[in-house]
Amino acid sequence: MAYSDKVIDHYTNPRNVGTLDKNKNNVGTGLVGAPECGDVMRLQIEVDANNTITDAKFKTFGCGSAIASSSLATEWLKGKTIDEAVKIDNMDIVEELALPPVKIHCSVLAEDAIKAAINDYRVKNGLEPLEAEKSHH
Amino acid sequence: MNLPIYLDNNATTPMDPRVLDAMLPYFNQKFGNAASRNHAFGWVAEEAVDYSREQVAKLVGANEKEIIFTSGATESDNLALKGVFEMYKDKGNHIITCVTEHKAVLDACKHLEKLGARVTYLPVKTDGLIDLQQLEDAITDQTILVAIMYGNNEIGVIQPVKEISAIAHKHGALFFTDATQAVGKIPVNVIEDGIDLMAFSAHKMYGPKGVGALYVRRKNPRVKVTAQMDGGGHERGMRSGTLNVPGIVGFGKACELCRLEMADEAKRLSALRDKLQNSLLELEESYVNGNIEHRLPHVANISFKYVEGEGLMMAMKDLAVSSGSACTSASLEPSYVLKSLGLSDDLAHSSIRFGLGRFTTEEEIDYAIEQTKKAVNHLRDLSPLWEMFKEGIDLDKIEWAEH
Repeated sequence: MAYSDKVIDHYTNPRNVGTLDKNKNNVGTGLVGAPECGDVMRLQIEVDANNTITDAKFKTFGCGSAIASSSLATEWLKGKTIDEAVKIDNMDIVEELALPPVKIHCSVLAEDAIKAAINDYRVKNGLEPLEAEKSHH
Repeated sequence: MNLPIYLDNNATTPMDPRVLDAMLPYFNQKFGNAASRNHAFGWVAEEAVDYSREQVAKLVGANEKEIIFTSGATESDNLALKGVFEMYKDKGNHIITCVTEHKAVLDACKHLEKLGARVTYLPVKTDGLIDLQQLEDAITDQTILVAIMYGNNEIGVIQPVKEISAIAHKHGALFFTDATQAVGKIPVNVIEDGIDLMAFSAHKMYGPKGVGALYVRRKNPRVKVTAQMDGGGHERGMRSGTLNVPGIVGFGKACELCRLEMADEAKRLSALRDKLQNSLLELEESYVNGNIEHRLPHVANISFKYVEGEGLMMAMKDLAVSSGSACTSASLEPSYVLKSLGLSDDLAHSSIRFGLGRFTTEEEIDYAIEQTKKAVNHLRDLSPLWEMFKEGIDLDKIEWAEH
């Protein structure tokens, strides 16, 4: 299958690969997917006192589209407030990366990873987890 | 060295230039119909077909009268299974095959089940070979056919064909083998191996696509199949349709070349394959799939744990290889062959099949080793699973979210 230039770019030069200290209170970690399904994403955010995401890191086991989706997500997260980050929709990722229909699940996974990281952060800081959206897959 | 490098010779092979040269005159100069008995055009075509049939037969130790030309191995598989079932249905309705067969065999069996056949799908051991005792235990007085492939297309393992045919014959069943991956690569002899029917194809052995053969034994015992294509009664009534003369000429030439060069080629390819395999096994957590002793000389199927096959292939963009992960299709299903060896889904997703061929060079293999290692390391740097493994976390104990 032919990949879009943007997918190839993120895949070849992934942004923000790495690990944040998951034990820190201002770090939220989301681990989604399953090895059996062929993709696992781990996305982490570091949040400052103003609820702004100052850093984001990812590691992904999966196809090129999954890697690109999570790489793009970290780029978008940095500098956003938590409230803004929650609004990132998987279809924005699909559009930006020009993902074909069989790869839409990669963008869904990235959105799930963002939400999971935010919830981890919220729970750590004594907040209610966000209501999970009805699963779209 | 030209990029990308072709290492998918189990899918298809490039045609040998000598095969192409042999075929060319039969498109426009010697274009006759081999069934035209009344003029020189027909005679020339018939003569070419006869010569090719001899070459094909000779490669597998058959008599030329036992070779039925078809459009390829899929048709041969269908003709063998459906043709035997129809011809011998008064004797019984039971067929034994195995779970790692090609889809052409499995789906033909599924079709026959709808028509009243009872089919046993034998499991394979973790090395990809069937258990002979299980085979014998599965045979009943209704068993008419045992259908087990010669060499597997994904992992290259070679089934113990002689032993399998002996068991089938002991109980009065016929033995059919899909030898598409084996013929032309290793010595296959229908007499010594006790084969009653055998499917194979030209394009896997440096011949053209669209032509194959079904070997049908003529004596001890005389085997018959009911035609699945009705028409002019070509191929001794078993396969009607005007013969694909250029294709058959190419098939004959390809068989002749394999017969003459196979021994040296196998030696060269298995040395290159072993070099590739041993170098890649230097990577931590990499494993060969399937029995390494009973294996085709040109194939290595290797799993690289904690990286995903499709992502890996993308990093290996200068190498044309095949992945056990079918996640390019909408199904997301890993290879059923690897799964039947007992591989977990994640390991099946992480596998790559390297298929070497006549035109593979050592320079290409060196490049493939370097590229593959680089790709695996790149993806492991990106892989949360690799990081967890390195931290000593047991991935099996994690509750993964279904998705």
